[in-house]
Amino acid sequence: MMHGPPRAVEYAAPSTRSSPRHGGFVRRVRALVVKESREVLRDPSSIAIGIVLPLLLILLFGYGLSLDVKDVPVAVVMADASPDAMELAAGFRLSPYFQTRIVPTMQEAEELLREKVVQGIVRLGLDFTWREQAGGATVQILVNGTDANQARIIQAFAQGAVAEWYARQAGEGRAHSGAGPVMVQSQLWFNEANDSRYFLVPGLIVLVMTLIGALLTAMVMSREWERGTLEALFVTPVRPGEILLGKMIPYFVLGLIGLVLCLLAARFLFHVPFRGSLALLVGVSMLYLSVALSIGLLISSAVKSQFVASQMAMLVTFLPAVMLSGFLFDLRSMPAFVRGISYLLPARYYVTLLQTIFLAGDVWSVVIPNTAILAGMAGLLLALTRATTRKRLA
Amino acid sequence: MLDSILRILALTRKELLALLKDPRGRFSLFFPPIIQCLIYGYAATFDLNDVPYAVLDRDHTAASRELLARLDGSRIFHRVATLGQSEQIKPVIDRRDAVLAIQIGPDFERRLQAGETADIQVIADGRNSNTAGTATGYVGAIVEGFNADWRTAHGGIDPPIQVITRAWYNPNLETRWHMIPSLIGTLTLLQTMLLTAMSVAREREQGTFDQLLVTPFRPAEIMAGKSLPSILIGMVQAGNVLLVAQLWFHIPFAGSFAVLFVGLSLFLLAAVGIGLLISAIAATMQQAMLFSFMVMMPFALMSGLTTPIESMPRALQYGTLINPLRYAIDLAQRVYLEGAGLRLLWPDLWPLAILAVVTLTSASWLFRHRLGE
Repeated sequence: MMHGPPRAVEYAAPSTRSSPRHGGFVRRVRALVVKESREVLRDPSSIAIGIVLPLLLILLFGYGLSLDVKDVPVAVVMADASPDAMELAAGFRLSPYFQTRIVPTMQEAEELLREKVVQGIVRLGLDFTWREQAGGATVQILVNGTDANQARIIQAFAQGAVAEWYARQAGEGRAHSGAGPVMVQSQLWFNEANDSRYFLVPGLIVLVMTLIGALLTAMVMSREWERGTLEALFVTPVRPGEILLGKMIPYFVLGLIGLVLCLLAARFLFHVPFRGSLALLVGVSMLYLSVALSIGLLISSAVKSQFVASQMAMLVTFLPAVMLSGFLFDLRSMPAFVRGISYLLPARYYVTLLQTIFLAGDVWSVVIPNTAILAGMAGLLLALTRATTRKRLA
Repeated sequence: MLDSILRILALTRKELLALLKDPRGRFSLFFPPIIQCLIYGYAATFDLNDVPYAVLDRDHTAASRELLARLDGSRIFHRVATLGQSEQIKPVIDRRDAVLAIQIGPDFERRLQAGETADIQVIADGRNSNTAGTATGYVGAIVEGFNADWRTAHGGIDPPIQVITRAWYNPNLETRWHMIPSLIGTLTLLQTMLLTAMSVAREREQGTFDQLLVTPFRPAEIMAGKSLPSILIGMVQAGNVLLVAQLWFHIPFAGSFAVLFVGLSLFLLAAVGIGLLISAIAATMQQAMLFSFMVMMPFALMSGLTTPIESMPRALQYGTLINPLRYAIDLAQRVYLEGAGLRLLWPDLWPLAILAVVTLTSASWLFRHRLGE
């Protein structure tokens, strides 16, 4: 500030100084923004979190995270090497979901499961063929339940593989028709490819906005408190609102850069369908960004220590954005108490908006209430931040 | 040698005092992990226990009502709308009122009576394809039950093959059982790494690191004195998570505590090594914090915590081999749920040992290198 850049000095021309209330406002905010931006540009860690981290997250989310199961190692225990049993085993081998390994005894298979070489065991008993013809043969599917979600998917696919084999047998007239009287035909709307990336990538935008908005600002402001440079700012003619604006604008811009990066990646790298309107998406993102920024500023002016501020920012914004926003874990499954907490979290509304705008389109019955709540939160938090900063000054 | 140990202990004591004397610091050290543990325990679940659905029954016969009664009677499904025509499906799904819409065709009962296959159509909201898949699976299971009863009641034949499924280590397939033991590693990694990185960075930012350098401490002793408190606190936190898992969530512990803590100490050494590496690079606390975070994010995402490693592309799977958290999560789950002993844990233990050695030696090299300047 005080050793301001030459351009800032230029703004300090007498003509503007004569009306400090209006001309001064723009000038002072501008000087603060310049100062803050220089600090951001000079510090490799801000650039890292503003640009490198979003890129890293995009790649990890897009390529690394997937809830879709494929190539699961399973052991097939075949005590009975009859053609029917062989064919069933072949069904598992050809399936993209499994990588099979045929073992003769159950003991061996269990040892493999214990060593985690395989995730599941498909067991065809000794009397498989005999019983199959007599009716009442059993196929045992044993999975390692440690990862419950994966285990459930493996079970379902294994049952599917057996059913498919059975349908094939029935089709060839080698078995009596056993297709169930009622068949379920399912359709997946908005995500026809059943690709978990389609909902993970919009969720990624929420994480990036939260990181830039809350974590970075919480650190930045509390650093000024810790070092006492904020007090130095207070004795200058800048008003508290101007300090806040000066802090918010650079990080707002950084957040928008992150948003653009994510959008480009979603569109051109991962081909996530985009069915809503871009203007709406950018609008709600800006709203969310202001909410996140005010939370970050609030935290830092409340605790004034970098370490505690960073911990608080994690606890209050980032973790809930991952866990309680519905981006990864469905809110409907949570106990009512936890769901109640989730209503207090801005990330929840933003996730709903993003998933809808990306995959379903501008569904106004979803967009209007969620946007209204976000706007309300933004207004409230901004006013609150403003109020606390003024109090500290007095 | 003894002098050296005494100096390390003195520094450890000083570090612990600096960390624990501030009530806010104490609070932020022990409270957040417990809260996180509770939140993850309740929130992190892929299980569904409430599926709102809408029905379009064009048949209105005893058979269709019977099928719907089974859905309504399950604890999982609850009907939010009974629709009259197919145009109404779209708004119900769009608004997120229902996860599923089930459509029963007008000839449902007639086809069943005639021994033909009757289809029911299930439309699922794919905005979260995982939820949609699970919910559709539940419908399938209920229809399966309906089929079996229909066959017995109407003289059909039982399908000749029965599939029996069973899950080891987590019989009811609860996500929580998977999640909470994984947190032992995840939460301690974050805190240990951050603590180590920040404690060095704080001294640097405040200029007290230079004072430390003029004391008789050797660089290795300073490193040890900075590492020990973090490891101790990491151990205590692991203990806290274990307590929450057993006393609050009642997840049965199948293994041995000694084995778990042997594995964890290797892991914590690696975590501290990474923290020291970060602190050697970072000039300020903000940098230390943000760099730790940038390391933590990929570690957490690529560890098998939320999504299985086997589903990742091959290249990334190789990348996870240098991720200490990957081994810690595997180790904690296997000791906790499977009761594995040291022999079965060997594939997790030796990579952790190597990681600890590599990170600690390179951190000490970097330190000496930087201090020489």
